[in-house]
Amino acid sequence: MTDRPTASPAGSRRPLLQVRDLKVHFDTPDGVVKAVDGVTFDIHPGETLGVVGESGSGKSVTFLTIMGLITAKQARVEGEVVFDGQDLLALPENEYRHFRGRRMGMVFQDAMTSLHPFYVVGEQIAEAVRAHEKISKRAAFDRAVDMLQRVGIPKPAERARQYPHEYSGGMRQRAMIAMALSLNPDMLIADEPTTALDVTVQSQILELIDRLRQEFQAAVVIITHDLGVVAEHCDHIQVMYAGRLVETGRTRDIYYRAHHPYTWGLLQSIPRLGVEEHRLRPIRGLPPSLIFVPPGCPFHPRCPYAWEECQRVVPELLSPDGVHASACHLSLADKERLFREEVLERA
Amino acid sequence: MGRYLIRRLLWVVLVLVLITLFTFFIFFVMPPTDPAILFAGRAPTPRLVAQVRDSLGLDQPAPVQYLLFLRRLFLGDEYGWPGFGFSFLSRSPIKPVLFSRLLVTFQLAIGAAVLWLFLGVVIGIISALNKGKIADRLAMGFALLGVSAPVFWLGLMALWIFWQQLDILPGTGYVAPTEDFGQWFMRMILPWSVLSLLFAAFYARMVRSNLLETLDEDYIRTARAKGLSERKVVFKHALRSSLTPVVSLFGVDFGTLLGGAIITETVFNLPGLGTYVVRAVGNGDLPVILAVVVFAGLGVAIMSLVVDVLYAFLDPRVKYA
Repeated sequence: MTDRPTASPAGSRRPLLQVRDLKVHFDTPDGVVKAVDGVTFDIHPGETLGVVGESGSGKSVTFLTIMGLITAKQARVEGEVVFDGQDLLALPENEYRHFRGRRMGMVFQDAMTSLHPFYVVGEQIAEAVRAHEKISKRAAFDRAVDMLQRVGIPKPAERARQYPHEYSGGMRQRAMIAMALSLNPDMLIADEPTTALDVTVQSQILELIDRLRQEFQAAVVIITHDLGVVAEHCDHIQVMYAGRLVETGRTRDIYYRAHHPYTWGLLQSIPRLGVEEHRLRPIRGLPPSLIFVPPGCPFHPRCPYAWEECQRVVPELLSPDGVHASACHLSLADKERLFREEVLERA
Repeated sequence: MGRYLIRRLLWVVLVLVLITLFTFFIFFVMPPTDPAILFAGRAPTPRLVAQVRDSLGLDQPAPVQYLLFLRRLFLGDEYGWPGFGFSFLSRSPIKPVLFSRLLVTFQLAIGAAVLWLFLGVVIGIISALNKGKIADRLAMGFALLGVSAPVFWLGLMALWIFWQQLDILPGTGYVAPTEDFGQWFMRMILPWSVLSLLFAAFYARMVRSNLLETLDEDYIRTARAKGLSERKVVFKHALRSSLTPVVSLFGVDFGTLLGGAIITETVFNLPGLGTYVVRAVGNGDLPVILAVVVFAGLGVAIMSLVVDVLYAFLDPRVKYA
């Protein structure tokens, strides 16, 4: 994995996944919840993408929709999700399911509740294999044991015959990862994979995902609300706010020259060790209602630099260099100056 | 597992002893009427009453009477084991009558149970999978009807339609299957259906809400994320979890029914335990009341034991402790 897309300009290889103007709106009695409101991005083969945002920013909904787990049955879905040349949203459910599990696997936040309590873990992994490959139960179970070994579960043959409640939290998440990778998918989506785990276990799981990404040559998406989590593990980062992308770029773009005031806020709320008198500076205010999204820039009510234009005009996601993009009305010079003054010098 | 079973069986015995204790004191020690006077017949002379009292052991202190009753029950009496004694009303041993009536009740309960489980589960699933659509509304309308319609009304309506008006089913009463299987079956159809309707309605609602709840679980999302077919997701993953609570409810419901389905038996004139005990209560036939209550208690106690054991098989998280 030397030729990561990080090293090459975006677009030089055919993207694995192309999402174009994806909108996911839920009709509720209180109004239309615009959970995802026009999101466009690419994922390249083998790339690791971090998707960051507060709760309700639409990051999970975006990827649940890509997986086909949120469909027209639950929501109004618009836009295009093109996976390896195939528009997934145009597929009927019985064809969509051949992409799920086989081409893209997903790991969820809470591994305790994400495994079926009544079936042994090995059987649940074997079932995923048998959903897509015509092999015997025996062979599928052997594959499950092998996968458990590869995700670092000791005594995998024994463990495969145990129920999820006999596993620890970290082991359950490992088992989930084993399940998601058992068909060697092209893309692994990890939705807050470490949120429910102890800190020490968190880093183990992230390192495991890192190692497996190289072993399986899969693109990886890590969805998180913690910008600190994605720093070491991602090539690219997307910051979402109120169902939209507000900033995207390579990891170093986001960490060392972020352009969006919301990203600055996220950076300032990462706790740092060893810095005296370091105060966390939370972003003031609350995420907006997704029913009544503020007009103009959705972040303007919480933005210390907003002016009149921000209340009127929705900023487009623009990129001066073709890689690092932000949706903010500030001029590039202002963004760079403010980032230096507000974020770097105060950190 | 073995130790668990033995402990649970001892619990069943304890529960039975408590049931007999309460029933015995309610009917023998507290009643406003004197069992001896009841037993002595229409024109009790003081001498006759005294004689009866002596022969029934009613002159003994209450605890002694209770222990005598327990001894007869557990060790048998002159009519065999278990010793249920002698009916005041028919002046004959209770045991053979009780067993023949239990058999009728059992046939009624089994047939109804099969029907209501089938209807309840199928309607519940259809309803849940079509939530909010016309099939769901129809099913829940049926369930509301089933839950609210009184059994005596349903029974009488069914008889009026299928027997009186259409004349496609025979009337009430019981024919033993050994005697005429066709007649037995035809005569049981209505009681089975009417009795099952109420339960089917309850079960349909429960299966529906359990299944809907389960379909929202994270592990169902995982099953879908694996790319399983929707059929597998629903029938293997979701149904397994939603039917487990149905099993425990079913055990208790079925056990309760073994004590007699009074209204159904009355409407369809079936000689089951329900009608037996009603007549006994009306006539103050205390030994019969006691026998049926003990039996009904046994039914519930044993069925809940069966359910507990079964539950541990169905849900691996349950431990025999």
